Amino acid sequence: MVEHPTSQHAIHSGRLCTESLLPLELRNLSLETGSRRLVDRVDLKVQERGITVILGPNGAGKSLLLRLMHGLIEPTEGVILWGNAPMDDKIRRRQAMVFQKPVLLRRTAAANIAYALGLRGRSRSERTTRALQALELAGLQHHAFTPARVLSGGEQQRLCLARALSLDPEVLFLDEPTASLDPASTLAIERVLIDATHRGIKVIVVTHDVGQARRLAQDIIFLHHGRLIEHQPALRFFERPLSDAARGFISGGLVL
Amino acid sequence: MLDLSQAFHAALWQIATLDPQLLEIIGLSLKVTLTAVALASLIGFAVGGILAVYRFPGRGAVAAILNALMGLPPVVAGLIVYLLLSNAGPLGVLQLLYTPVAMIIAQVILVTPIIAALTRQTCEDLLEEYRDQLRSLGASSAEIVTTLLWDGRYRLITAVLAGFGRAIAEVGAVMIVGGNIDHVTRTMTTTIALETSKGNIALALALGMILLAIALSVNVALMGVRRLASRFAYG
Repeated sequence: MVEHPTSQHAIHSGRLCTESLLPLELRNLSLETGSRRLVDRVDLKVQERGITVILGPNGAGKSLLLRLMHGLIEPTEGVILWGNAPMDDKIRRRQAMVFQKPVLLRRTAAANIAYALGLRGRSRSERTTRALQALELAGLQHHAFTPARVLSGGEQQRLCLARALSLDPEVLFLDEPTASLDPASTLAIERVLIDATHRGIKVIVVTHDVGQARRLAQDIIFLHHGRLIEHQPALRFFERPLSDAARGFISGGLVL
Repeated sequence: MLDLSQAFHAALWQIATLDPQLLEIIGLSLKVTLTAVALASLIGFAVGGILAVYRFPGRGAVAAILNALMGLPPVVAGLIVYLLLSNAGPLGVLQLLYTPVAMIIAQVILVTPIIAALTRQTCEDLLEEYRDQLRSLGASSAEIVTTLLWDGRYRLITAVLAGFGRAIAEVGAVMIVGGNIDHVTRTMTTTIALETSKGNIALALALGMILLAIALSVNVALMGVRRLASRFAYG
């Protein structure tokens, strides 16, 4: 049997007996600022492996829900459980996230990946070899020593994805990763995501692109006005959406 | 007019022949200011980085005081250090008044707020952009500080150059705490002040030209750093 990176990582960090992070459970999760409820009493359980897509119109609270799941913001109410344990720093270190606008350090492409590996306590020599490996997988090996911020938008996002994957996350979050990319770059990123699920990585991706949701999703979380409208296997969601909002959104209508 | 052109020629002659008196004064000025700027950078980077990243009570007040101190008049800084180091002062036992060390202390007080405030601004701007990504990667607060300082390196270099420009050109603080003693605490600016009032225009002019050249070099260096930073998109 070929060992995939996730199991290697588990052995390296002596976490062989660590519980899986799934299922992800949100219980009565709310986020308020001032008088506005941006995320409104969301109850949710994600057990499926593969790719979960959070879908909905702008302002539905998709990005906020993703940030809540990753622990980047604290909910005002409710709990987030990963494998029955409440979200904490340790759990976040087993996850990685790619943002809509690529966030790259003012360093070379290779140094960006090496930096992230350093934060996770990898040795200096391991950082270099793994960074170069990750760049090769992303097709960016010829840009290893290019300052990351002069790369094109598509290359920057691929670099962000390569950096996230180099950490061997068990869960990978992506917030509209292809929102401003051309079809070729979008395709490249979607391929990497599908490949990642084959290595056992749970992928949770926010999008408002129905086509992308169709191409990627195993299951769909549909949000509207901060509320969970439905959570369905993708096939069923696209064939028989339960709500008017989802039906309108899928058929390309303007959902307000 | 004749006097002036004679003085001008004499000044150029002193520079061209590397007049030992001139070199001694330039050397002391550079030694004092470079040391002060190096110390101020160490303090300023740390203070600025910590202010940008950590949340603690009084943080806003410290930032406001730093900004106010950026405009601290050099003579006031000199006066404060004078009072501290004078025989009756709390640090009088160290016998540092009228030594280069006293001048370094005064210039550190002048330059640290500039570097700290610019560092804080640089780090806050970067943090705005990096915060979520760094938290996602699992960086601790201390790691965030060092990351921001390194990623802001080009802007920090310009902060250091700004501090150097201020320190090398100031006269009030070094005059008060150094005393402008020949061969001991005589710097370019204090010499210019003294020699001009004595009527020895040549030496004053020569030093003035050197100071101008230094100011010009600092600005050229600033431009170079900015250009380099924008070429790498590191600005």
